[in-house]
Amino acid sequence: MAKAQTTSLRSYALTRLGLVLPMVLILLTMVFVLMRVAPGDPISAALGGHLSAEQLAERRHAAGYDRPLVVQYLSYLGDAVRLDFGNSVTDNRPVTSIITQNGAATLELTLAALLVALVFGVTLGLVAGRLRDTPVDVAARLAGVLSYAAPVFFVGLLLQLLFGPMLGLLPTSGRASPGVTFALPTRTGLMVVDSLLAGDTYALSDVLRHLVLPAVTLGLLTGGVFLRLVRVNLLQTLRGDYVEAARARGIGERSVVVRHAFKNALVPVITVMGLQVALLLGGALLTEQTFNWPGIGAQLVHYLNNRDYIAVQGIITFFALVVVAISVLIDFVNAWIDPRVRYT
Amino acid sequence: MSTIVTGSGDAATRGTLAPARPGRFTLARRWLAPIRTAQRLPRWTLYAGAGLVVLFVLLALLAPLIAPYDFDQFSSHGVRFPKQGHPGAEHWFGTDVRSTDVFSRVVYGSRTALEVVLSAVVFSLLLGVPLGLLSGYSGGKLDRLLVLIMDALFAFPYLLLAIVIAFLLSDRLGSGVVTAALAITVVYVPQYFRVVRNSVISVREEPYVEAARALGARPATVMSRYVFHNVVQSVPVLATLNAADAILTLAALGFLGYGIQPTVAAEWGYDLQRALADAGAGIWWTGLYPGLAIVLLVLGLTLVGESLNDVLNPLLRRRRLEKVQLPPRPGAADAAAPSPGPPPDAGPGGRGEP
Repeated sequence: MAKAQTTSLRSYALTRLGLVLPMVLILLTMVFVLMRVAPGDPISAALGGHLSAEQLAERRHAAGYDRPLVVQYLSYLGDAVRLDFGNSVTDNRPVTSIITQNGAATLELTLAALLVALVFGVTLGLVAGRLRDTPVDVAARLAGVLSYAAPVFFVGLLLQLLFGPMLGLLPTSGRASPGVTFALPTRTGLMVVDSLLAGDTYALSDVLRHLVLPAVTLGLLTGGVFLRLVRVNLLQTLRGDYVEAARARGIGERSVVVRHAFKNALVPVITVMGLQVALLLGGALLTEQTFNWPGIGAQLVHYLNNRDYIAVQGIITFFALVVVAISVLIDFVNAWIDPRVRYT
Repeated sequence: MSTIVTGSGDAATRGTLAPARPGRFTLARRWLAPIRTAQRLPRWTLYAGAGLVVLFVLLALLAPLIAPYDFDQFSSHGVRFPKQGHPGAEHWFGTDVRSTDVFSRVVYGSRTALEVVLSAVVFSLLLGVPLGLLSGYSGGKLDRLLVLIMDALFAFPYLLLAIVIAFLLSDRLGSGVVTAALAITVVYVPQYFRVVRNSVISVREEPYVEAARALGARPATVMSRYVFHNVVQSVPVLATLNAADAILTLAALGFLGYGIQPTVAAEWGYDLQRALADAGAGIWWTGLYPGLAIVLLVLGLTLVGESLNDVLNPLLRRRRLEKVQLPPRPGAADAAAPSPGPPPDAGPGGRGEP
């Protein structure tokens, strides 16, 4: 029995990995086509008007944009696989360093937001499901709908108004005060971790104070999804036979709910977390714009405005790879937790 | 399936077993029956949502009558409006940094939002539904290819996709309603495709489709007459929910500067972006009102979509329990007499919880 299971987990993993290749290929092709549909080649789009025609042609040749499209496509695929995205046209910065430096800011924001989302969403979801059809449930569901209906940047704006000028409690822009940014040695790029490593409590409190509003803003968006999901799952779980059986054995209602139902109601959250990546990345982009957070989404907007297609292409390719990687990861975790997944 | 349940529920609420009275409104009544028989909460949320949506539709249609000024008007009778003026009698919602009237922009903004969202939903229906039908019905290599492409589109962060498309299209089509609508369309086509394709696949093997095929109906006939009607039932709910989502995407595009340009039309997302700079100075009215407009319209559409789902989806639907009034028995005086009428519990099944 145990042997059969391990085999099936491995074969599931292999099948799933087999599906990754076409997915990556299609995503990369999509990015390439999108960026080449844009009028003009990347060099003249970014630098046209700044350089003479000969200089432009020279730059085009150096970057290989006078080659046939098929060749460009294949070399793009090769570069993408080697995670080499070239240098940005406008400020000649390696796209990889944009990704690692600004990506760290986005990662920090996203992780903090996930934490907020889990605390807010799961707690309210469990409470609402437990107290179904009571005013608490109605209020929690309303909170769930509202957190979806309110755009991230509107929530961010309201929080800025409230905590910035009105209460004067929290900073509303950037990752840290200029002095802290300057003094803090960069090790992981995650400023919370860096300030912990440096043992700098002043920097830590400064960084955390900057993190609160963006994380709450983004966390509320995702938390609403968790809330609805956990609530519905708990309702379904509470109807399950084994819950009934636990009740029949005379176990107290509190214990039935906490020890038997909660755990199983939470499993699907993992699946949905995988689907949330797209929402989270989009939300992160908007949050970064709202709070001047120097993340990768803000960089994307910056380079898009400067018509730097190389940088844009690199960043989008990176996003595509992240999405695929996370969805595979989530599927593995799911298959590991829930054996039924493997047999489908 | 749903019509049968509906019909019997309708009869049950009136407490008789007579078939629905034929008349002019039979069809409308049959369609509305699930709403009448729904439980109180979904019915209320449906009405509340519909009320909000109707409010914004009226605002959009009557914008020139309701709004005191034009959406890009910054002076009246040669007098320039105050810059970032407080809300007051002259300007109910105040004025923004370009001295335009916030209330007028909010009102005209509902017009833009509905125009874009309506076209985006229509575009994605026109693309997604036929593609889903084709893919699900034909199967094979075409199906596999389309599924891969749509899955890739679906997996991609939707906002990035919309931004890039809007950016690329704006060079050719300008930054107007069409560009925004097309950018949003690309995001939602995969959803219609998936829903329609999956239900086609389950319907395809039903006996009545087999029968039609066995009778020699051509694929086009089978698709349009037998498959289509059984598949599109899930589309209205999805379209309503997508419309809500599209409002948010449009606002996000506007907020990032890839939406509709301020000279073309009033757009809430753009206004919020401008309001961000005001927030630091404590100017709340430029951001609050456009934001509230977004929230209320999205809320309305979401409530309509979700309660439609609760009401129409036979798997989720819970009818409210009603007292069944039994038809008077002929021999009611002496209870011992066996009644020739229908047994008292003959209310058709399907009432109460499914």
